[in-house]
Amino acid sequence: MKIGIVVFPGTWSDRDTFYALNEVIKINSEYIWHKDQSLNNCDFIILPGGFSYGDYLRTGAIASFSPIMEKVIEFSKQGGPVLGICNGFQILCESNLLPGILIKNKNLDFICERSFLKVNNQSIYSDQYKQNEIINIPISHGEGNFQLDKYNLDKLEEEERIIFRYSSQSGDETESYNPNGSVNNIAGIVNSKGNVLGMMPHPEKASEKILGGEDGKRIFTSIIENISQNV
Amino acid sequence: MYNLETLKELALTVHEYNSIVEKLKREPNDLELGLFGALWSEHCGYKHTKKLLRNIKSTSNLTLTNAGEENAGAINIGDGKAIVMKIESHNHPSAIEPYEGAATGVGGIVRDIFAMGARPIALLNSLRFSNLENDKNLEIAKGVVRGISGYGNCLGIPNIGGECFFDSCYESNPLVNAMCIGIVDIDKILSAKAEKPGDLLLLVGAETGRDGIHGASGLASQNFEETTELRSAVQVGNPFLEKLLIEACLEISSLKGLVGMQDCGAAGITSAAIEMAKRSNLGINIDVSKVPTREKNMTPYEIMLSESQERMLLAVTANEEKEIFEVFDKWDLKCAIIGEFIEGDDASVFNKNNLLSKTSISVLTEAPEYDLEKIIIGFKPKKHTFKLEKKYLSFEKQIIDKYLNKIIKSNNIVSKKSIYQKYDHHVQTNTVIEPGQDAAIIRIKGTDKMLLFSCDGNSRYCHIDPKIGAEISIAEACRNVSVMGGNPIAITDGLNFGDPTTPRGAYELIETFKGFNSACEKFNIPIISGNASLFNEGHVSSIYPTPIIGVMGIMNKTNKIPSLGFNKIGDLVGLLGKKFWGSTKGLSGSEFQNIISNNSNGELIFDIDYEIILQKQIRTLADNNLIESAHDTSLGGIIVSLIKACNSKHLGVEINKHLPEDWASAMFGEDQSRVIFSFKANNKEKIAKVLADFDWEEIGMVTSKDIIFKNITFETDNLLKNYNKGFSTKL
Repeated sequence: MKIGIVVFPGTWSDRDTFYALNEVIKINSEYIWHKDQSLNNCDFIILPGGFSYGDYLRTGAIASFSPIMEKVIEFSKQGGPVLGICNGFQILCESNLLPGILIKNKNLDFICERSFLKVNNQSIYSDQYKQNEIINIPISHGEGNFQLDKYNLDKLEEEERIIFRYSSQSGDETESYNPNGSVNNIAGIVNSKGNVLGMMPHPEKASEKILGGEDGKRIFTSIIENISQNV
Repeated sequence: MYNLETLKELALTVHEYNSIVEKLKREPNDLELGLFGALWSEHCGYKHTKKLLRNIKSTSNLTLTNAGEENAGAINIGDGKAIVMKIESHNHPSAIEPYEGAATGVGGIVRDIFAMGARPIALLNSLRFSNLENDKNLEIAKGVVRGISGYGNCLGIPNIGGECFFDSCYESNPLVNAMCIGIVDIDKILSAKAEKPGDLLLLVGAETGRDGIHGASGLASQNFEETTELRSAVQVGNPFLEKLLIEACLEISSLKGLVGMQDCGAAGITSAAIEMAKRSNLGINIDVSKVPTREKNMTPYEIMLSESQERMLLAVTANEEKEIFEVFDKWDLKCAIIGEFIEGDDASVFNKNNLLSKTSISVLTEAPEYDLEKIIIGFKPKKHTFKLEKKYLSFEKQIIDKYLNKIIKSNNIVSKKSIYQKYDHHVQTNTVIEPGQDAAIIRIKGTDKMLLFSCDGNSRYCHIDPKIGAEISIAEACRNVSVMGGNPIAITDGLNFGDPTTPRGAYELIETFKGFNSACEKFNIPIISGNASLFNEGHVSSIYPTPIIGVMGIMNKTNKIPSLGFNKIGDLVGLLGKKFWGSTKGLSGSEFQNIISNNSNGELIFDIDYEIILQKQIRTLADNNLIESAHDTSLGGIIVSLIKACNSKHLGVEINKHLPEDWASAMFGEDQSRVIFSFKANNKEKIAKVLADFDWEEIGMVTSKDIIFKNITFETDNLLKNYNKGFSTKL
């Protein structure tokens, strides 16, 4: 099994993700350059965080037109698993692989902190967590405020596609534990098929004890395990 | 003949002009005068500090560079790896355009680091503003923090620590010092040199525009009052382009054709290219028509002196450039060969085939050197003795509470979280200890080592006594590392001073270097790199002398790191040092003195030999895993240290001492060389053994809440709430 990490100009969590996979979890991953013509037979694609193309337009907007994204879209339409982290989530929304949009944080400022998330374990990315488990993963973004129209939001809720919600350490999902103003405290969602996950928090930054916790690791191991069973 | 206006714009004196004419044996033309203005600026030429810098301890058995010879200093950390680090100021640009000034300050220091072939792995910063109650100061502070955030976050370099301090001496002259750390394999360190005649000069990155012309001379070399007029001298940053440059330059650093690399910073191509040639003992030909420009019809003068950001100069072996071009093409970066290194000592500037200027490099780079000792002849600093008014001696709970609350709410004391949470401090997945502690800690992947970093400086002490103030600045930065178990091994310094041509300014510089010399020798720690920013004169007065000390420490990954705060109810609490309570003399330059008098004066007392032993002792305790927490006493005195120690886990402490009648001195005196630590009862004997020949005492026990002395109790609920609330105004 092979994991591909897409590198756009301005991407920076490519190296962190690579380290978490290859050195910590000890599974092979490789970089896919944005100018590459194919996904090189990878079984799982990660769009990592950063500021693709500087994010000078809307975040993720230019990256969504990158040639490699045509391949990623094609791959996901065939059911291939795609994980978008932070800027990757923004790119997935801009590419219409996920509904909604990520706008400026409510306080209009960049936020870096360790946030608590309540997990819905009904996805191939989260089935190694307990239902409603509270996990701690860093966020680091200026535009992570997820917004969606009511119809589609209701649909997301109904289909239980909200995988991560910002909460307190004890699980309160109130506004005061919502760092960026996201509707319904949304931190991560899947598409209707469940093969595409977008999330603002950075699981690769929470994959080792020495860094303050390894709650993020199980996102990678969940999906890897699920793919291995199907490969 | 010279024109006084032109000289003023270039910050050259008539005397300096005459010296140029004498050395050239002719009048310089306009372009040449521009080159001299840049290279003889304070920023490039170190006219007022060169003599002092020469005597500083800049090497140790671990240093890999000589200070000032490369873009940054490098130090051996073992395992074949080197750490490259440097601090740089961007004070004047940040005063005029806070966001872009601070952003491009980060950009500049990061380029210095990857110019050495090192991957930038961490940023820190040291900020100084005037009081936030004034709207203009608040706007400056907001802009600076967002500039650092906007630029640094986009690069994917974690901003792991720093400090921020407020004093009215920074009115209209804020200080923005950014520090960057990089890592490189020792055998891959790049030098900013060419190898031989025929090597090509390659410019890569942003197109050259009209921004930042005269930045080095105009902004950094003279008193500036009409700041708004200089707006166009501040550059605008493009962090995305810088990120591409980092990746591309690191990718080519191991290619055969690459000989040397140099950041194109202050004074643009002029300074970068000519200094490169000088280091290589070669001459250079530059053709301005080859430089890709952002605007049409730029004059050779503008091209040579533009400070457009995100540009690097490379020395490349002729006929080996193809592979390098391919990498830049992969990253969509523009590059061009703009010149060639030649035999001899001449720097010649051409526009196609027209020779515009030809000047000796040794003359161009031999900026005059001023002897500050001559300026201070007859100068005697005023001495003050600080006496506490009677009202601060009456022991009334209500009054004591009032001042304790004022102290804990002071912008200098409160939690700085609202600043550092705007900076990504997790990216690159090395951050073991995040901002908000005494020092930040990162692990080094592939080794068993962790590195500790702290930035510190107390200008109020330096104002009272620049020599002792400088010693304390170094000692405190090192102490921040020592209390976490790290061994301080290298320093980078940011010198922020007023006008060195005045007796007061010259005195402050001379005394500061005396303090540096004694502290570095005694701590046996080298200053491996640094930056001087002089002429920091605001509308009202000069800033206090503000040397900023960035220190790096090293420790083993398997060692337990003592936390800043108390960990567990029932742990015992100890004091390392001579005296638990502060003294009246310790109020000199203290936060308390500033709160009651808005002034810093008095007398500093500091025993550096004692401090060095104290730091060794605390490191030994940490090395042997004997302590749970350790935190030094600094700003705000012993009581603030205790409150901070209680804050992390919302605990309390019971101290088996009476608060003396002289409560203000006792609680708020900032006497040096004191560390509060906590430990498990069963380690007490071992600790006593380690500290057998040193001053220490058991002073109490960790409790669930409140700070309880035998005769008075301070409830922590409100104090911690105010501390954590942060700045008085939203920043």
